[in-house]
Amino acid sequence: MRYVKDVALVIRSKNAGPYELTFDLMFPDEETYDEVRKSITKAKIAQLYKIEESEVLSLVHFAPAHAIKITIVRPRASGDLGETDVYGAQQHAPLFDLTY
Amino acid sequence: MEELRILSPTAILGYGFPLASFQAGLERNPHVIAVDAGSTDPGPYYLGSGQSFTQRSAVKRDLRHLIEAALTRKIPLIIGSAGGSGARPHLEWNLAIVEEVLQELGKTAELAVIYGDIDPQLVAEKLKKGEVQPLGPVPQLTEEEVFACTNLVAQMGLEPIMEALENGAEIILAGRAYDPTSFAAYPVLKGYDLALALHMGKILECAAIAANPGSGSDCLMGYLYEDSFVLEALNPQRECTKISIAAHTLYEKSDPYFLPGPGGRLDLTKTVFEQLPEGKVRVSGTTFIPTDGYFVKLEGARLIGYRTISIAGVRDPIMIGQIDSVIEGVKERVADNFQDLQGYELHVHCYGKNGVMGALEPHPEPGHELGLVIEALANTQEVADTICSFARSTLLHYGYPGRKSTAGNLAFPYSPSDVSAGAVYKFNVHHLMQVEDPKSLFPIKMGRSGL
Repeated sequence: MRYVKDVALVIRSKNAGPYELTFDLMFPDEETYDEVRKSITKAKIAQLYKIEESEVLSLVHFAPAHAIKITIVRPRASGDLGETDVYGAQQHAPLFDLTY
Repeated sequence: MEELRILSPTAILGYGFPLASFQAGLERNPHVIAVDAGSTDPGPYYLGSGQSFTQRSAVKRDLRHLIEAALTRKIPLIIGSAGGSGARPHLEWNLAIVEEVLQELGKTAELAVIYGDIDPQLVAEKLKKGEVQPLGPVPQLTEEEVFACTNLVAQMGLEPIMEALENGAEIILAGRAYDPTSFAAYPVLKGYDLALALHMGKILECAAIAANPGSGSDCLMGYLYEDSFVLEALNPQRECTKISIAAHTLYEKSDPYFLPGPGGRLDLTKTVFEQLPEGKVRVSGTTFIPTDGYFVKLEGARLIGYRTISIAGVRDPIMIGQIDSVIEGVKERVADNFQDLQGYELHVHCYGKNGVMGALEPHPEPGHELGLVIEALANTQEVADTICSFARSTLLHYGYPGRKSTAGNLAFPYSPSDVSAGAVYKFNVHHLMQVEDPKSLFPIKMGRSGL
């Protein structure tokens, strides 16, 4: 078992529009990307963020950028009552606990 | 087909660019200068209030260089989502800056302003006909929400901008526009491939963010050909790499293979990214799949009240150990004291515990000190001020079990401790609407140096 954070080049989060939150994991080469992507599942992401699996809207492998993209339902529309992160740019930290 | 060159000076009008990069771009003889000014990222306030999220002086600085270059070279300057959110107040704000710059330069120009505001009555009718649907995890739209919008816009496609170009516009200020359109309208008008023009526009709209190292305030050049396009960073300290360009497709999107927009979606499943010498990247293979019917994205925001905040720190370990129950106790005290006040919201952000992630935080263990932001929201500023002030003073002197620090619970960095933060808006429309004619929603006004 290894930590994704130790091999990823990029671990980031951002709004994908005001109602979705998207995470990008990018890797330095095809080999690492291929190795990691096999063990990243919607269930793992749901567990990490303590959300329902149905709230993980998509998990896409994007080979041209050696990247895995995960999109979840935003806890609220950007800027709505109780907002903590309007841009959604600091919601990635739990991914540092992700293993493969 | 000849090479068509587009200069993208900056990621957002007002974010600036180094003059050396811009000059390098001009030396490559662009056919058009295009810039996107829009984003929903800064949140609902800007669309709702009609304010720009960029500063006037910064936008004017950028425009002075762009207008002077475009008019001198007799090439069009296209600005998409003017004023940030692209509603009428944003357009008028941006238009005034353009007119001021023209006056200062002693030049005149053929201006086109394309409005993106949508009549709520039309949306209500379309809603009844079932021609409005949520875009993503969004609630169904109701007529009440439609009419509650302070600003309601739709993202225009290429068609209105192409028409303004055909009518001889030298400077185009477009209201809310699908980001790539400002870049793709000119090449599509000249007969270039729609999919490649849009995909190139998708990358150019963020300018040098797609380069390595990335920057939101530097230029990017696009070269469009019959079967591919090439991107080049204009600052020698940056380069376009296969990865940086491919990765940009991920940015702020939920699916990198399919990028939906007005009239259809880009399909990147067969896209090829190819590294060229001198830090350039060639892209080919992207296709466009038209949708059955033409859909535009509606964006709306409404006023939900007025906010007052107070910022304070907590260092006492006994209080930090029971911060959740202390905050609950304060909320109860406020509710009890103001039983006659309805419809206010009181929220305490707890930095050092879960201030950044709220309910998504997997490790809500508090640190040795906490930063609190007390936030009150109400129908009037006066009620918000009252609730925030009362919550702050209650928390300051709140007696919790085991308390030893009986002189006060909070460390305030400021006097006054409370800040009236003004009107608060929320996004309430994020829906697709079917339209018969891609141009009819977006009226164009033209005039010589002013409207």
